[in-house]
Amino acid sequence: MDTFVQQLINGLNIGAIYALIALGYTMVYGILRLINFAHGDVYMVGAFAGYFIALSLGLSAGPSLGAIALVLLGSMIIAAVIGMAIERFTYRPVRMYSRMTTLIMAIGVSLLIEYLFVAVIGAAPRAFPDFLGSQSQPPYHLFGRAAISKAQIVIFLVSIALMLLLQWIVFKTRVGTAMRAVSYNLNSAKLMGINAGVLTAQYNPNIEPLMGILTGLKAFVAAVLGGIGNIPGAVLGGLLIGAAETFVVGYGQSIGIASTYRDAVAFAILILVLLLRPSGLLGSTVQEKV
Amino acid sequence: MKRTLLALLLTTTLFFAFACERRGGGGSGSDTGTILVGYYGDLSGRTSSFGQSTKNGVEMAADEINKAGGINGRQVQIIVEDDQGEPNKAATVVSKLINQDRVQALLGEVASSNSLAAAPKAQEAKVIMISPSSTNPAVTQVGDYIFRVCFIDPFQGEVMAKFASNNLKAKRAAILYDFNSDYSRGLQQFFKRSFTQLGGQVVSEQSYTQGDRDFSGQLTAIRATTPDVIYVPGYYGEVGVIANQTKQLGIRAPLLGGDGWDSPRLWELGGNSLNGNYISNHYSVDDPSPAIRKFVADYRARFSILPDALAALGYDSMKVLADAIKRAGTTESAKLRDAIAQTQDFSGVTGSINIDKDRNAVKPAVVLKLQDGKFVYETTIYPEGMTPPASTSVSPAAPLTSTSPVTAASPQKPPPPSSGTSAPAPSTK
Repeated sequence: MDTFVQQLINGLNIGAIYALIALGYTMVYGILRLINFAHGDVYMVGAFAGYFIALSLGLSAGPSLGAIALVLLGSMIIAAVIGMAIERFTYRPVRMYSRMTTLIMAIGVSLLIEYLFVAVIGAAPRAFPDFLGSQSQPPYHLFGRAAISKAQIVIFLVSIALMLLLQWIVFKTRVGTAMRAVSYNLNSAKLMGINAGVLTAQYNPNIEPLMGILTGLKAFVAAVLGGIGNIPGAVLGGLLIGAAETFVVGYGQSIGIASTYRDAVAFAILILVLLLRPSGLLGSTVQEKV
Repeated sequence: MKRTLLALLLTTTLFFAFACERRGGGGSGSDTGTILVGYYGDLSGRTSSFGQSTKNGVEMAADEINKAGGINGRQVQIIVEDDQGEPNKAATVVSKLINQDRVQALLGEVASSNSLAAAPKAQEAKVIMISPSSTNPAVTQVGDYIFRVCFIDPFQGEVMAKFASNNLKAKRAAILYDFNSDYSRGLQQFFKRSFTQLGGQVVSEQSYTQGDRDFSGQLTAIRATTPDVIYVPGYYGEVGVIANQTKQLGIRAPLLGGDGWDSPRLWELGGNSLNGNYISNHYSVDDPSPAIRKFVADYRARFSILPDALAALGYDSMKVLADAIKRAGTTESAKLRDAIAQTQDFSGVTGSINIDKDRNAVKPAVVLKLQDGKFVYETTIYPEGMTPPASTSVSPAAPLTSTSPVTAASPQKPPPPSSGTSAPAPSTK
């Protein structure tokens, strides 16, 4: 029972990360009708921006709240600027052509960012400073041996809070009305990817230029699973994918499936969703603008 | 028009072919001229700490050789290629070193998967390749031109199994290994075989792939089987994170690893969560023997960091090659091959090197304990049939076999190095 609860916590924790990134996919799709494949890389850029800011401030484990806010804000601004630059200089000039053109552009931009980073800073993983002090501190015990760390709690709460905030912005504020009407402003969508980068680095301090590829793809699958364009759907999809792959790792071996099948699971789900329910779990059959 | 283009293409190809020919042929025969040695390794990829350290060791050895007048009066020139830690690129750069640069010998790689991809190219062209630190047995089985100056994984796996069973009194072991790495899969099998032979039980085997970022699923499954030790024969990039997540799940069993953990980067990723874990390795920087002291001091003076085992093996691979060229009196590949094969009792930084009939080095391994950013010497474990040198063993103990217990850690511990030259923690920059 401990083990089951622990695997559930593990799964929801990874799922929350997918959900955060899936929110970005879904927002951009809802507004631009574009699958922004560079989104996973904006997540990576956010993590590295946070890393370099922390490095230049000389921060190590457990800095002050002000310093953490500075890193978060700085990385958000940098990632948002990059996101806007991508939109302004690559997507916008080809918007008048077919959707396929923009899609191919998105893939190109994604690969460009990844390999530029590899070329400039190298592919070796780097260690993100442990802001929450959760790596040195023992985890909280729920019951039995089921444990949860500070970083896991924060990631989970933030992803739920962001989902609610986003839902509120889109449906209850003027900006949201404008976004729905004009389908133009990408900025707030971009902001989603950034927090994810710095946050997940609190759980897994290992950051590298290619970290956005697989995570981004799985988040995309999560967005499709939940119903692309649908905000609660993205969160639900993320949590489901995270839980599914963790259970494959945790229990697969007893039925003869190796842990390494975890990555195949997300994509098997993608294929099943597209075959059985193309609009996703929470998506309506006629896509509506967010 | 088409014909003109074709002609142009042919001319250019021929021109380049001749250009390359001339470049290789210029002044470097088998017996005279500069000796060209190709080094290939991961200088910018995920395991770049390995490639960089090895390159440092190789270049330091080459400079020492050149300063001392070269090999039989011939200078050594190292040509460096970056394979980014990818097997297909390793094969490509080795082809380039052989065909374009016309190197007379190759040094590399660290990771077994990369050595395995490159070795067939060297064997086919009959160019000597010495891997400094690929421990998977299959590497030298590629052919008679492929050698290594390190021990192999059946031994390395056995070392950790013995240490776990005899020193840590472990009965139950779990294994978490990298599914796509020849190195990691080899160690997983050899550890399991030895540990089971020693009466232990492998209670859980979980895997991951390089680049994975979350190991909590595997570790939770492992936790449920209550192991005494967890064997993680991976590379430092993932291991640091695994150590971290192990502690976050409240697992207290120590992690055991191999030489793939040996990198200053490990501490950046794993921090204090690595404390109390053990690895098997090729040498210890704390070793008081004069040869190692001198190597460590020279290396620190030049690179301002402590040499890890990969640097030491890189150094030894160049020195073994130089020794063989000196004895053969030529770089003609068949003669050089025979000279390397005859290497006996070559005293390297990583111990006395004897090349066996399978072109592997037979050497003891050290077990190091991880503590506060340092790899602290714990014990030495000898291969079957090799007697520990009298100076380091207190009791005239018989060589270790799979049934005799490992000599207790304390009597074999070298005296702490005197304060002046004592080795500080590896750089955490």
